[in-house]
Amino acid sequence: MPRRIVIGIRGVGHRVIDSIWRLGYASRFFLLTILKSGTGLRRFRLIIREVYFTGVLSLIIILVSGLFVGMVLGLQGYETLQRYGAESAVGTMVALSLLRELGPVVAALLFASRAGSAITAEIGLMKATEQLAAMELMAVDPIARVVAPRFWAGVISMPLLAALFSAIGVFGGYLVAVVLIGVDEGSFWSQMQDAVDFRYDIVNGVIKTCVFGVAVTAIAVFEGYDASPTAEGVSGATTRTVVTSSLAILGLDFVLTSFMFRGMS
Amino acid sequence: MALDALIEIRELNFSYGERPILKGVNMDMHRGQVIAIMGGSGSGKTTLLRLIGGAVRPSSGYVKLEGDIVHKLTRDELFLIRRKMSMLFQFGALFTDLSVFDNVAFQMREHTDLPEPMIRDLVLMKLQAVGLRGAHDLMPAQLSGGMARRVALARSIALDPVLIMYDEPFTGLDPISLTVIGNLIRRLTDALGMTSIVVTHDVQESLKIVDYVYFIADGVIAAHGTPAEVRESVAPFVHQFVHGEEDGPVTFHYPTQAYARDLRLENSFA
Repeated sequence: MPRRIVIGIRGVGHRVIDSIWRLGYASRFFLLTILKSGTGLRRFRLIIREVYFTGVLSLIIILVSGLFVGMVLGLQGYETLQRYGAESAVGTMVALSLLRELGPVVAALLFASRAGSAITAEIGLMKATEQLAAMELMAVDPIARVVAPRFWAGVISMPLLAALFSAIGVFGGYLVAVVLIGVDEGSFWSQMQDAVDFRYDIVNGVIKTCVFGVAVTAIAVFEGYDASPTAEGVSGATTRTVVTSSLAILGLDFVLTSFMFRGMS
Repeated sequence: MALDALIEIRELNFSYGERPILKGVNMDMHRGQVIAIMGGSGSGKTTLLRLIGGAVRPSSGYVKLEGDIVHKLTRDELFLIRRKMSMLFQFGALFTDLSVFDNVAFQMREHTDLPEPMIRDLVLMKLQAVGLRGAHDLMPAQLSGGMARRVALARSIALDPVLIMYDEPFTGLDPISLTVIGNLIRRLTDALGMTSIVVTHDVQESLKIVDYVYFIADGVIAAHGTPAEVRESVAPFVHQFVHGEEDGPVTFHYPTQAYARDLRLENSFA
């Protein structure tokens, strides 16, 4: 019996040390990516190309989801607010929910599953098919040439996608509340303009999306680069990207929200 | 002749942890030669290529390339020396997100400031050498295995290296592609005056094109010589390998305890 306990404790210890080691490895990798970003920033075409793959190709899912989320917000908001005779505030509710929370968080979750997983799978497969080794032997650093451009493309795309998500979400709310239900258009827009503060709501939302962009893309490129070069390795890494970045988004969202919005208005 | 050696390998040892992979390997490779390194799977052939390319460090001994000891170079110096060598991977390792043209142009764009029209001409010349000028706008996914390897070959000669290493270039090719790749290796080596190291299992094809053969078994050089010497060798290992025989010093069974003992039959017939 004590032997089993010893083995159990040893197992736990082993896992803890392993996770800490991996965290350290990931941090070093993140730092290296930043340090080796010179090539990508000098040859900006490399980043633009990746912005197309991570950003432009994610547009459909982001826009359609944004539209529906906005429409649902309009519907639910009207449903609740009309009980208090405050249905004209539905515009405010839609805009604030999207700008502060749903825009950044849902867009980042979608981004993680659409673009993050693609980045991991691509880099992982490049490793499995020896493309990264080939590049290294051609005296080209894969972190500078492959990882860093994808990282910066993600960091650039994420805030733009979230902005589009929020914008089309507001439009969706307008469609449902004003066009379908018939809330007064003037009060819908004017109340929204009154209530939304640029610094407090919009800038904070943008800060969130930037942080999420860095987190999701950093996780995606690391998991891809660290994937074991087999079919199972790449599929496992892709799954880990989606799971880890989703959890990171939600965790970071709580931390950021608690710093940004503390009951003031 | 000794002065001319492009690569000099002396008492090279390498081990993964406790497991020795290479034990005291000595080799000399000269300019203009095609050298084959043969041996069974897991005999340390690919590791040897990785040591020459500086991807791993030896436990002791050294690899000298054009007078520089590879593992003593700094990362920047290593990257500099790697511009003079290239490697053809088993399945080509073409960059799947770039077209055939961009794959061949990759190193020129990364390492030189050549104007784009000149890069275009150079790329077409390299592709012409492997007979695939007409395929320059295809993507790697559209190529057959043999074509992909020819493109990879064109890519590896992009910057006119002094050394090309081929990691099992014949694996999985049909007989025609196999002959084509074999002849290309020979022709390019002669035309460019470089050195080619071919790691392979394919005895018959490689004996046709190489100048010198090293056999590696269990991490040591079991035999070496010219193709003619190798064909006539009576050394048991070489004979078994060249003629693909089942019986010989390389056994079919993985070492283990006696069969009867494993089946617990030891005392049954006593």
